[in-house]
Amino acid sequence: MSILNNKQFRDIMSQLIVVVGLVAFLWYITSNLLYNIDQRGITTGFDFFSQTAGFGIAESPIFYDENSSYFRAFLVGLANTLMVSFVGIFFATIIGIVIGIARLSKNFLISKLAMSYVELFRNIPILLQILFWYNVVLAALPSPKQSIEITATMFLNNRGFNVPKPIFEDGFGLVILAFFISIALVVYLVKWANKKFEQTGKDTLVLPWAILILIGFPFIIYLIVGSPMSFDIPALKGFNYKGGMNYSPEFLALTFALSIYTATYIAEAVRSGIEAVPKGQKEAAASLGLTPYQSLKAVILPQAVRIAIPPIINQYLNLIKNSSLATAIGYPELVTIFSGTVLNQTGQAIEVILVTMAVYLFISLTISALLNFVNKKMEIKER
Amino acid sequence: MAIFNEKQARPAPSNTKGIINWIFKNLLATPFDVAMTFTILAFLFWVIPPFINWAIIDANFVGTTKADCTGTGACWVFISQKINMFIYGFYPENEIYRVNIVFGLFFVFVTLFKYFGNSFITKIVIFSVYPVISFMLISGGYFGLPIVDTNDWGGLMLTLVVAATGIVVAFPIGIVLAFGRQSKLPVIRNASVVYIEFIRGVPLITLLFMGSVILPLFFREGIDFDKLLRALIVITLFQAAYIAEVIRGGLQAIPKGQYEAADSLGLSYWQKMLLVILPQALKVSIPNLVGASIALFKDTTLVLIIGLFDLLAMVHLTGSDSNWLGYDTEGYVFITFIYWFFCFSLSKYSKIIEARYNTDHR
Repeated sequence: MSILNNKQFRDIMSQLIVVVGLVAFLWYITSNLLYNIDQRGITTGFDFFSQTAGFGIAESPIFYDENSSYFRAFLVGLANTLMVSFVGIFFATIIGIVIGIARLSKNFLISKLAMSYVELFRNIPILLQILFWYNVVLAALPSPKQSIEITATMFLNNRGFNVPKPIFEDGFGLVILAFFISIALVVYLVKWANKKFEQTGKDTLVLPWAILILIGFPFIIYLIVGSPMSFDIPALKGFNYKGGMNYSPEFLALTFALSIYTATYIAEAVRSGIEAVPKGQKEAAASLGLTPYQSLKAVILPQAVRIAIPPIINQYLNLIKNSSLATAIGYPELVTIFSGTVLNQTGQAIEVILVTMAVYLFISLTISALLNFVNKKMEIKER
Repeated sequence: MAIFNEKQARPAPSNTKGIINWIFKNLLATPFDVAMTFTILAFLFWVIPPFINWAIIDANFVGTTKADCTGTGACWVFISQKINMFIYGFYPENEIYRVNIVFGLFFVFVTLFKYFGNSFITKIVIFSVYPVISFMLISGGYFGLPIVDTNDWGGLMLTLVVAATGIVVAFPIGIVLAFGRQSKLPVIRNASVVYIEFIRGVPLITLLFMGSVILPLFFREGIDFDKLLRALIVITLFQAAYIAEVIRGGLQAIPKGQYEAADSLGLSYWQKMLLVILPQALKVSIPNLVGASIALFKDTTLVLIIGLFDLLAMVHLTGSDSNWLGYDTEGYVFITFIYWFFCFSLSKYSKIIEARYNTDHR
């Protein structure tokens, strides 16, 4: 028998060939890379991080000015990416769940409208949607002087959305403390109700009490301390609104498009999660004498959620990656600031792009780890 | 003797049939439904008539210049005047017929594929001849056709070139990567996993930046990539990772017995994978493969960020013509419809082939 027919030998050989091929390829491109860097006199290394950036950034949740370092600019970009992603995920989840449930409605109009929503927005590229919101819808808004007023404290115009900014005064810490105490109280209440249910079989209605405690207790403390919060209401000064908080058109276009687009996928995940629960489960619950609410809470939802959560988390990840398209409308998030302005100023393309990719890769891997954890946690324990 | 007199069955109660009943059952079943129905009707009434007014009733359809836009609604004259830009980009006017031939050949080849694609070989031949002929026709330099620089490619044509290249070329690479990820050999498996997870973990836009800025540094001078080729390479490598994951899903759905049966017949690894496992895995993966293709079609819009003039970029280009300022909205609505039409038809088509290939005897 020839050695070529030996399985072990062939396995080792084929792997060896792959390794040699990969190493040769990597050696080829790195040697060319080094040669080109040398030839063109490209600076390398990460020293640029500590240099002064020297450019301004329109919106930044953390302190930044032109004298800040490139590293600071990087942090601003990262913070904006995270902020857009967080707001986008929040709204996409709400819209997605509502639309997903609406698709299963017995009301003809509700289900068809939800279906049209999904089929319309899912089949239009996200970049097109971002540009549409930015260049068509938001650009058509009136100038600041003719702003659309909402309850005389919020103003929508082509420079963005101005809303009152809460200002926390001394003593607000106590209100936050009261909020945490009420959370603890609610946790205790739920535990007590569960224990009572297991011992006596009697169900206690916890939800209204929980809401009352969560809102009521901090509110009473708020009044006792003497209302330690005021609002800075935006006012028209010159050509634009001053004061309050301003959400730029870029931010609005990006969050609108990301939430609306991602919501279609979340809606589909919610729908298929609920539809995947066999009809027999509902019938079995009914035959046990559970009320519709009980059967939804104890039988249907726990099974539907287990199916729907993994695709929803994947969509969150997609939303974070899609937030990089902000660069098309110039919202200062990671890719715009770092792979855009910083790259152009420093010319250190390799480092800049590698760092950008590393950030996204880190976020992706963290979320996949989270997903694996959730999957394990929710796995049906079979005996 | 009792005689059985057949009695006519009574008609169904009037409240269980007819349009009125349908309305009560599907629109006004509960107080909540009543409220929702009227809210939605109000919403539709608020949205749809103004849109129809704008798009059709108050719109202008015929004319040649901006002066013909007399209505208060949309001016579709802008689209009809710029239609060549939207479809062909800057492709020279008297060479456009070549692109049209490629569009026409598509249907010819689909027909050929349908009637002559019985054996695997003819399928592959038909499948690979079309892209080659299309490339020769569009780029020129063959059959005595003048060369058209890729900088002049644009519009819907460029979008389709990018999407088709991505879908077709990424497919075999994706299959190899999926095999690699399922392989028992640790080196091959880990290399595939690292590649797939890296590509899937970063946004396409960063890969495109890498392609346009770093890729040229990987090669000596003399090897020159034009902008389009760089984008095509990146898009293909990107799509391959996603295709690989889709096919891996299909591979995992194949029962272990199929592998063992192939082994017991004495098939080699490649015979086993290509003749037994892959055909079944592909069949299972069809819906997701189409899904990945739709996603890629939508993602082709990103090439505008690295300076290619795809269909989306055409809105800005045509809108910046000083004779036609202020017609962005028409442009956006028009291309939105095109993108939507392609994606929606593809997704409906995938439902059809899914049903056709569903050979479960259930």
